[in-house]
Amino acid sequence: MLLTITTTHRPATDLGFLLMKHPDNVHSVELSFGTATLFYPEATEERCTAAITLSVDPVELVRGKGRIEDQYVNDRPYAASSLLSVALARLLGTAMGGRSRHRQDLAEQPIPLEARITPLPARGAADLLASLFEPLGYAVQAEPIPLDPAHPEWGDSPYVALTLRGRVRLAALLTHLFVLVPVLDNDKHYYVGEAEVEKLLRKGAGWLETHPARELIVRRYLRGLGGLVRKARSQLDESVAAEEAEEHARRDAAEEVIEKPIRLNDQRMDRVVALIRELGAMSVLDLGCGEGRLLRELLKLPGLGRITGVEVAPRVLAGAGDRLKLDHMPDIKRKRIELLQGSLVYRDDRLKGFDAAAVVEVIEHMEAERLPAFEAAIFGHARPGAVIVTTPNRDYNALFENMAPDALRHPDHRFEWTRAEFRHWAESVGLAHGYGVRFEGIGAEDPVHGCPTQLALFTRAEDVKVAA
Amino acid sequence: MKIEIPEFALVLLVGASGTGKSSFAARHFLPTEVVSSDRMRGWVADDENDQSATVEAFDLLRTVVEKRLKGRRFTVVDATNVQPESRKGLIALAKKWHALAVAIVFDLPEAVAVERNAQRPDRQFGAGPVRRHMQALKRSLGGMNREGIRYVHRLRSVEEVDAVEIVRTRLWNDRREEVGPFDIIGDVHGCADELETLLDRLGYQVRWNGKAVTVTPPEGRRAIFVGDLVDRGPRSPDALRIAKHMVDSGTAMAVVGNHDDKLKRHLDGRNVKPSHGLAETIEQFAQEPPEFAAEMRTWLDGLISHYVLDGGRLVVAHAGLKEEMQGRASGAVRSFCMYGETTGEIDSFGLPVRWDWAADYKGRAKVVYGHTPVVEANWVNGTLCIDTGCVFGGKLTALRYPELELVDVPARRTYYEPVRPLAAPAADTGMAPHQLDLADVLGKQVIETRHYHHVTVREDNAAAALEVMSRYAVDPRWLIHLPPTMSPAETSAQEGWLERPEEAFAYYGSKGAKILVAEEKHMGSRGLVLLARTQEVAARRFGVHDGARGVIVTRTGRRFFNDSALEAAAMHRIDLAMESSGLWSELATDWVLWDAEILPWSMKAGALVRGQYAAVGAAAVAGLGALSEALAAAQARGVPIDDLAASAAASLADATRYRAAYNRYVAPFGGIEDLRIAPFHLLASEGAVHDGKDHLWHMAAVHRLAEADPALLLATKFRRIDLDDPAEVADAIAWWEAMTAAGGEGMVVKPLDFVARGAKGLLQPAIKCRGREYLRIIYGPHYDRPENLERLKKRGLGHKRSMALREFALGLEALHLFVEHAPLTRVHQAVFGVLAMETEPVDPRL
Repeated sequence: MLLTITTTHRPATDLGFLLMKHPDNVHSVELSFGTATLFYPEATEERCTAAITLSVDPVELVRGKGRIEDQYVNDRPYAASSLLSVALARLLGTAMGGRSRHRQDLAEQPIPLEARITPLPARGAADLLASLFEPLGYAVQAEPIPLDPAHPEWGDSPYVALTLRGRVRLAALLTHLFVLVPVLDNDKHYYVGEAEVEKLLRKGAGWLETHPARELIVRRYLRGLGGLVRKARSQLDESVAAEEAEEHARRDAAEEVIEKPIRLNDQRMDRVVALIRELGAMSVLDLGCGEGRLLRELLKLPGLGRITGVEVAPRVLAGAGDRLKLDHMPDIKRKRIELLQGSLVYRDDRLKGFDAAAVVEVIEHMEAERLPAFEAAIFGHARPGAVIVTTPNRDYNALFENMAPDALRHPDHRFEWTRAEFRHWAESVGLAHGYGVRFEGIGAEDPVHGCPTQLALFTRAEDVKVAA
Repeated sequence: MKIEIPEFALVLLVGASGTGKSSFAARHFLPTEVVSSDRMRGWVADDENDQSATVEAFDLLRTVVEKRLKGRRFTVVDATNVQPESRKGLIALAKKWHALAVAIVFDLPEAVAVERNAQRPDRQFGAGPVRRHMQALKRSLGGMNREGIRYVHRLRSVEEVDAVEIVRTRLWNDRREEVGPFDIIGDVHGCADELETLLDRLGYQVRWNGKAVTVTPPEGRRAIFVGDLVDRGPRSPDALRIAKHMVDSGTAMAVVGNHDDKLKRHLDGRNVKPSHGLAETIEQFAQEPPEFAAEMRTWLDGLISHYVLDGGRLVVAHAGLKEEMQGRASGAVRSFCMYGETTGEIDSFGLPVRWDWAADYKGRAKVVYGHTPVVEANWVNGTLCIDTGCVFGGKLTALRYPELELVDVPARRTYYEPVRPLAAPAADTGMAPHQLDLADVLGKQVIETRHYHHVTVREDNAAAALEVMSRYAVDPRWLIHLPPTMSPAETSAQEGWLERPEEAFAYYGSKGAKILVAEEKHMGSRGLVLLARTQEVAARRFGVHDGARGVIVTRTGRRFFNDSALEAAAMHRIDLAMESSGLWSELATDWVLWDAEILPWSMKAGALVRGQYAAVGAAAVAGLGALSEALAAAQARGVPIDDLAASAAASLADATRYRAAYNRYVAPFGGIEDLRIAPFHLLASEGAVHDGKDHLWHMAAVHRLAEADPALLLATKFRRIDLDDPAEVADAIAWWEAMTAAGGEGMVVKPLDFVARGAKGLLQPAIKCRGREYLRIIYGPHYDRPENLERLKKRGLGHKRSMALREFALGLEALHLFVEHAPLTRVHQAVFGVLAMETEPVDPRL
């Protein structure tokens, strides 16, 4: 990783006074994760360049006390990141503060400066770099770095070589880099704490308040610095990693973006709750309850004495417990609700004896080859009085903007069914297990493509004897 | 006085306080067999005489008794048990768990009890309670048999009590010491012609001398009749003669069938409807001398309901037997054995609907039975119905045990028209026999394995695995195995190396495994190829009816290919190779499971390569390149920065090597023509798990298969190494060096035997030795710098190796269970265990 700062101010070697680092010497500082070094590749009257680099100890990153990485193969030793900000603050704290022992006048005036960072992670929108730096008075030039010259078809890497040019105070340039480099780093880390908020406000004084991309900068800065916090070690081995809760949320968010204009999820919940009320159910199963959205609504229904949420992912289930504040519920309310880890493809005696079951936006997350097991477990074994199943209506996808013809609404969807496919499946299941079925749609109805969500209400036919 | 008690029974000690029940119990029974109400009072209330704790104490007592009876444990209840109502709940428990209830009554003089209590400081309650106990006992003594107690032993004096000798008797169904080999014969129904032919096919010689028959079995074999010898067919008396002769002469056993029982009741003079073929038998009996009927009545009366054989591994009953009734005796057990259980519903043929107990069967014992005619005998969850409807024109079938071979002879003609058409093969098209219960996988599980004793699966690991299994894995019917994780060698003692083969050789050498097999390690993705020869085999053997012939799965049980056409194409090619190599016929199998590495790596790992490996390479080369230029400029100016310049140059060289390292395993993938499969274990085929074959056998099989389709299948290079031959060892090390220098991932070192043991038990099934450059993409570009290597060499392998052994044992257990036709639940539990182990956090670089 290399950051160079060049000036053509005459005499250019005054850069040494501004940085308070002599151009003929090598300046190093030890940091917890390695060494930061400043030196001058060029230092003439016309042009002077200071170069800053970091030697990061890759083993320390994984094994050390302040370890921030799980894998030895990571870009921290090479790419500009929050580690660079830490180094800038340590090496050039005075200059960043706008002070210079021998050239205070110069420190306070804009001079021609050029900063170049190689490589800089720039994940996100193509014009992100411009939107961050241009409002601050820089000309921005970003050269893409190919992913691998041996594989031109792979395209560019997430990194660029960034050049900024402008007439600014040196302290301003350093401060902008201090804040914006972590912002440009990817967002895979977590938010740290109050102290970082204060630091951001201090460093951003005078420019961040009015920056058009202020919102984005604040959000990403706080997350970027979280990189210093060791990532919570995953319970699961990478190779069998089930989705982390955060990943769920991210993907769900993707689905929501597609469906947002109609606030479909709210309408789904409303309709399912209304149906359960109409059924007069006193006990309800929420199969695949996720983080407990439907459960919260069901708790409000009078007369519903037994509400059981079933979820397969232990972490999601724990999340549901937290969100419902189970630990702080009054006893009488707590007795009405139960959360179970369970699976819809195994028979489970605990799921027997319920008046109704809701399976809301769940079946499409199941491999189609496992559906017979689901049918046998729920319709054959648990046999609730009624089963409400909702799933996306694939016909409707034609109406979503930004959706490729064969795309599905959620990356984890294994299938999405047309109305005809859903009807065929539901009627076969009803027939095999002695349930009557009726269908309806949820969300704005299109005369051709129907509603975005389709719903089947199965009701157990008491007089049908199942000999299977 | 000798008291005989069945070895599975619920014994109630009955008598007033002070009659010496507890000391009697201590003398005759194990302390753990005796459940005492005083003890329970003590547990719930710290005082064995606290009467206020009685309700809770008896609640606990019943719980303990039930747990014991459920586990088929001999149980003695030490309480007064003097009132019928206090015995009632216990007798109900005995009935529920099919234990015989036995009472030993301490009917001693009141004075004895009063005096004994008086001597005990904790029993100063006087004569009142004792008198009440005695009265209650006297009142109900006569009716105890009617309450459901089978044997009442009454002791009337202290001398009698002291003279008691308890003898435990075995249940009649308990023949666990009989290990076979057996020939288990299906429902004969008077088809004596076919029975004679079948016995002949099985090697038994049948000779008639007038009405007397002699049957000579092949050396050491015995026949077992599953019952229903009579009715409907033309020669019921002869069928009885053959069976009785064989049983009497010790060459056969027989369990009672419902028709046999009905005939017996008819012979008893009871009013039995002569329907369902009894009329024919009655007619045939009329041709026999009168003493024949009397003889057969006695013999039939002695037939018992079922046998538990071969150490509990085999159960034979006419209509089958669910696990919780096996080895127990009660009217309900006998009834189940003869008729099965019916749901109470009547089907469209007017016959009772039978509960499909086999669909839910999870027991350890194989159950072989008849009663319900089927077209073909087919295993369902470790149970086999061998009534193939001979009398209805089907065939008479026998199962050779332990070979598990079916032998059958066709019916000469249809003797009787069935009311209901013969059922389809028992492995049906529905989910019924293939459903799994959550309770069998969730929570802490202890799984017995033949190679590594008991393996415990932790609750949190099972919880994590449930999600993977439910949401990502293939249908459990296909998932008969998952491979174990593999440990690397210990870190190398040589400077500059993280891993080398020497440590792997030393590991095995130190454990006494001197002959090793080293195999080239392909850099791909682990895949299991399960292939059935036809769709019909997939349906019959795996119960999958969707037309698939198998599956290729990853090491975590997911479908390997998202593209089902590609999967089908790969399997078709392997099938052709199995055919042309002759392996199908040579293995005498119609399905096979290969363990393989599937290439190219980049096909499965594309996102990982581009998102992580290539991205890091791009960042490293770009940053270090720019840095090197800046350093060169500074050096040219005379800035003293040579150290940093040298280090940057070295780092840049590392980054370039790193890029080259991952690129070796990147290949374009356009379709099957770019696919390579490198099998290395032929894990199992019909009737066999090939863990008894050594790795040279596996490699030979691999090479034969690969030769049949070299475009798709890689013949993994390997060599046998004798550790006592230094030249061979040196040669193997040189081979590894050459392979890894040329860009290979490395090699896998295995003991010659698939399952190898040392003095301290199971050895690692395999150890990987990875090459220097391959390790760069695991440990990072600069891992082999001395200062990094020194730290990286400190790594612990203990956990990884312990997991490898447990997963190895579980994976093979699953395979063995599948091959032995065990219930799907038990196969699945073992596979689930492997997946659960894999959720355990272990250094992913190992």
